[in-house]
Amino acid sequence: MTNTNMARAQLALGEEAIIEFNDVNKWYGDFHVLKNINFSIKKGERIVVCGPSGSGKSTMTRCINRLEEHQKGTILVDGVEMNDNLKNIEAIRKDVGMVFQHFNLFPHLTILENLTLAPIWVRKMPKKQAEEMAMHYLERVKIANQALKYPGQLSGGQQQRVAIARGLCMQPRIMLFDEPTSALDPEMIKEVLDVMVQLAEEGMTMVCVTHEMGFAKTVADRVVFMDAGEIVEANGPHEFFDNPQHDRTQNFLSQILNH
Amino acid sequence: MAIEFKPSPSLPPPVNSVGAVAWVRQNLLSSPLNIFLTLFSFYILYLLVPPVIEWGLVGATFTGASKADCTGDGACWAFIGVYFEQFMYGLYPSEETWRINLALILLVLLLGTYAVKTVNKLYLSLVILVVYPVIAYFLFAGGVFGLEVVETSLWGGLFLTTLLGVVGIVASFPLGVLLALGRQSKMPIAKSVCIVFIETIRAVPLITILFMASVMIPLFLPEGMNFNKLLRVLIGITLFSAAYMAEVIRGGLQAIPKGQYEAADAMGLTYWQSMILVILPQALKLVIPGIVNTFIGLFKDTTLVYIVGMFDLLGRIQAATHDANWLGMTIEGYAFAGFIYWAACFGMSRYSMRIERKLETGHKRN
Ligand SMILES: Nc1ncnc2c1ncn2[C@@H]1O[C@H](COP(=O)(O)OP(=O)(O)OP(=O)(O)O)[C@@H](O)[C@H]1O
Ligand SMILES: [Mg+2]
Repeated sequence: MTNTNMARAQLALGEEAIIEFNDVNKWYGDFHVLKNINFSIKKGERIVVCGPSGSGKSTMTRCINRLEEHQKGTILVDGVEMNDNLKNIEAIRKDVGMVFQHFNLFPHLTILENLTLAPIWVRKMPKKQAEEMAMHYLERVKIANQALKYPGQLSGGQQQRVAIARGLCMQPRIMLFDEPTSALDPEMIKEVLDVMVQLAEEGMTMVCVTHEMGFAKTVADRVVFMDAGEIVEANGPHEFFDNPQHDRTQNFLSQILNH
Repeated sequence: MAIEFKPSPSLPPPVNSVGAVAWVRQNLLSSPLNIFLTLFSFYILYLLVPPVIEWGLVGATFTGASKADCTGDGACWAFIGVYFEQFMYGLYPSEETWRINLALILLVLLLGTYAVKTVNKLYLSLVILVVYPVIAYFLFAGGVFGLEVVETSLWGGLFLTTLLGVVGIVASFPLGVLLALGRQSKMPIAKSVCIVFIETIRAVPLITILFMASVMIPLFLPEGMNFNKLLRVLIGITLFSAAYMAEVIRGGLQAIPKGQYEAADAMGLTYWQSMILVILPQALKLVIPGIVNTFIGLFKDTTLVYIVGMFDLLGRIQAATHDANWLGMTIEGYAFAGFIYWAACFGMSRYSMRIERKLETGHKRN
């Protein structure tokens, strides 16, 4: 990583960081999947993470809510260090919503029950209030009329919008997206991206792994490029797309933009 | 929520593919091989069914007080009639059998209450699982409210069979769930304990366990600490089927996609919350056929208690066939036993199919 990029990845002093990676390393057996990740994300920032398949994007994102454990370095989320302390992990997970590539809705529960599960059991919210809130978010993702169906009865795009609403129902301070549109047909991608753009405009802190470069250009504050477990480059979208610093970034961009 | 989702009904199939004739043509006569198999099956039925009907119904004697009343050349169902009370209640005193009937009626009423919409299902389940067993126990055993004490050694017949089956099923299910979760857990000690338990129990025949429970355990226990044989046998049966149950349920747990565990974790659900609310409902639904299989197996395995001198339905029937006044009634006895077991197991199987259909929530996408 060049010095200027380093400076950009590390926030200027005084800005409030909500997520901080300090020298984070992770191995799967012998395989070094995250290498010296140093990165800070400040409150309200929208980060898009891209990079070739297998570069560690998902792994890095999932370290933020400790779906994956790192072996070296520290990750601070909202000032809380992610380590073996289960109380910390559960506390952070309340504040971090996650949207998966394959939706991961609970097929045995209705859409409404999917949304109210965590508010009721984790936030201890009364059922009625949780349902009202769930309906509010379902309306925002334009799917309120499906509230009593089961996930198996919805299209992929609808399911993913439900998944986003489910994440929002925890009223999180951070939303993580791991390739939320890559399992969807093209005509459904837009409906999901629209919801995400709207969310970004409202000032949610977002970390989004995606190959939707249009999305990155319009909403990202910074675009992070990963390759082989490293953050190669992190820059504002203009500079990132118009003037990539690194050969590997240029290569990657030329590959995904020219087809 | 007042709105309710109602799937619109599917359209009926095209007209030419319905009706009895079309069904016969499609399913019985679609090819030469099929025609042959159909005819062959009818021939077998022709060989079997008429003699059975002749023996069991047409030529049978249904009433009578002794073997001499059975004059027909068919079955002598009078035998079942005479011994009926013993087959149902064992040696439980005649004038006290109303207590068993009362407990049964109570159970049916309680179960029926599930159909009432306004009843809180959680409280009802607690009543059935906690309060009812206590009431039933005191009804059966007596010793309170002026009820005469009835020793458990007198309990028998279908009553004992049902008791062993129901208690075994109800107790082994939660134990099986815990064992399955333990075997999957990341805690090394809990995990090893569960593995050792499951593998040991599965490596031993039920007869051995029953024998241990009734004969060996008392030898090891200190003097005077001897507890009821029926209870020991119940514990043995429960542990035995819990081990099988655990493996069935583990299969279900493994079939749940990793994404479900992750989504539950990512929401901040605790381990027990995510198991109870997210994973187990799906896993158990997947393995309903296996669970019912284990239940049916357990229900029939309870017949092995004759090994330790308990007379369940089959035990009572066998004993009755040795009655010098009723010699030669073996076929009637076993036919009756077979029918009762068949009805119970078939009932369980149909009921499980109904539950499976009820839990169906649209085709699986992830
Ligand atoms: N549980 C695991 N055990 C071993 N290796 C793993 C495991 N999970 C991921 N990996 C490896 O770690 C690397 C990074 O995986 P990761 O899923 O983070 O990549 P990614 O950048 O998200 O890729 P994609 O764009 O394909 O989703 C890959 O090479 C993958 O093979
Ligand atoms: Mg990935």
